[in-house]
Amino acid sequence: MIAYLIRRILMLVPVFLAVSVVIFSILHFIPGDPIDNLLKIGSSPEARAEMEVRYGLDRPLPVQYGIWLSNVLRGDLGTAIVARRPVADLIAQALPHSLWLGGLALLFSTVAGVGLGVVAALNRDRWPDRAIMGGVLLGSTMPSFWLGLILMLVFSVWLGWLPVSGARSWTALVLPVLTIGLGGTALVARITRVSMIEASGRDFVTLLHAKGLSPLRIQLRHVLRHALIPVVTILALRIGWILGGAVTVEVVFARPGLGTLLIKSLSQHDYPVVQACLLMLAMAVMLGTLLGDILQAVMDPRVRAALA
Amino acid sequence: MRTWPAPLRALRQTTGGLAGGWLLLVAAAAILAPHLTPYAYDVQDLPQAYQPVSAAHWLGTDEFGRDLLTRLIYGARTSLTVSATAIAVSVLCGMVLGAAAAWFGGWPDRAVTVAVDLTWSFPEILIALILVAIIGPGTTGVMVAIAVAYLAQFTRLTRAQIMTLKGETFVEAARSLGAGTGHILFRHLLPNALAPVLVSAMLATGDAIILEATLGFFGLGAQPPVPSWGGMMSAGSALVFKAPWAIIFPGLAVAITVIAINLYGDALIAELDIRQKLRRTA
Repeated sequence: MIAYLIRRILMLVPVFLAVSVVIFSILHFIPGDPIDNLLKIGSSPEARAEMEVRYGLDRPLPVQYGIWLSNVLRGDLGTAIVARRPVADLIAQALPHSLWLGGLALLFSTVAGVGLGVVAALNRDRWPDRAIMGGVLLGSTMPSFWLGLILMLVFSVWLGWLPVSGARSWTALVLPVLTIGLGGTALVARITRVSMIEASGRDFVTLLHAKGLSPLRIQLRHVLRHALIPVVTILALRIGWILGGAVTVEVVFARPGLGTLLIKSLSQHDYPVVQACLLMLAMAVMLGTLLGDILQAVMDPRVRAALA
Repeated sequence: MRTWPAPLRALRQTTGGLAGGWLLLVAAAAILAPHLTPYAYDVQDLPQAYQPVSAAHWLGTDEFGRDLLTRLIYGARTSLTVSATAIAVSVLCGMVLGAAAAWFGGWPDRAVTVAVDLTWSFPEILIALILVAIIGPGTTGVMVAIAVAYLAQFTRLTRAQIMTLKGETFVEAARSLGAGTGHILFRHLLPNALAPVLVSAMLATGDAIILEATLGFFGLGAQPPVPSWGGMMSAGSALVFKAPWAIIFPGLAVAITVIAINLYGDALIAELDIRQKLRRTA
């Protein structure tokens, strides 16, 4: 198990390097020059050259990459060109907002999704199943930012129950969490339903029925436990998608998180901030994948045995 | 009836028919846009601004007094063309890459697999955001971004299809009759792999419409005054208080169209009987 863990973590190193090269190099092809934003109109070429030297933009690209990577590994994400502050500060400010949002949305999707999935599976092909699966289809096909705007329209503008946007109180978290969470709920409910129905057909379930256990007890104690393994794995793999959804939803609700920072920096051509945001999101995706694999090994004795 | 092609048979089911009907309606409206609407999508009429739903303006007007139904129909043109073109490009490139990887094996296969696995693990919206940032906002940038974002999916699917087909007896038979690589690949393997790839392309078009709308919402899509569904929602989000219909209807258009694509796709999968093939690589 430990050997598997170490091997699995070492596998992340080449992925991280590849991702860092992409994130680093890609942003140097972006049209629009950050130096233009800093210089006054009509500045001399000398002033421009000096500025390029100050931010290291005059060196060859591979050298710039090496410097950037070694700085990043030491926790130095550079200086934001527009805000003129350390990027690490901006990220440290934004990250907690995104983590709260993503974490609560994940919790909401898991609880609501597993609950709905179980109800749908127990009532397979009857009306509760049809209603839930219809809602799931609706939830997974609505653009998340639109759902957010409609929730805002109903609960903030018409009913006036919750703040429209911002992050001043915890009530401002309700709508963004619901917006992201409903999409996740749809996914979790679908997987829970399918894997419960699949698990119900296994031999061990027939045996439990033969032993005379009550059907509901069999479903909730035995089938559900079996069915949760793919749910947990897929949820962990989806952490990146939840954060990706958070990007748009943060912009809709004007929350000062990573997504808002990313979109703002993109429009300002602020390379260092964009790179740092993308790196954070990419690392979240990688850690999610890692977590998914580990959880699967921990929860499924067969996988554990195969690894030992 | 049995000899009808599967896409028509799918229309004969209740949900498949309703969904397919909606898609045909939207497509027809997009194509016939100039003949359908009495208004122009870009002419401002300030006295008519913020009009709610009425007989003159079925879906109301925006802050410039432009008719929202007109803009929605022209927006369908932009959104559907961009999404469908992007997915078509993505499917073509994905089929070439996937078929090449599966057929040649060795290092080309490993290179393609590594690249696919790498992009596969990242959300499409992130990949698309990076690419739009590079290429610049506008319909071309969005098209390329969507095409690249979904490339991994089609490459993976085609590769898996060709891999399983490669070992089939009819391929061996063709080879023993003296058929060359090109003949086997284009006459035997790709046609057999086509149905699952095309169906998943159709379902991906639904996702692409949402992705296009999201990028449009960030102001990265078609530039004003050309309407797109995402751009309309972006403009509408500023009018939540004064003209909520400006945000409600474009989103409904996206949601209903995407649901219709999914339902019609399901009907098509059932008619073609390829659920297993799709699930293997999902």
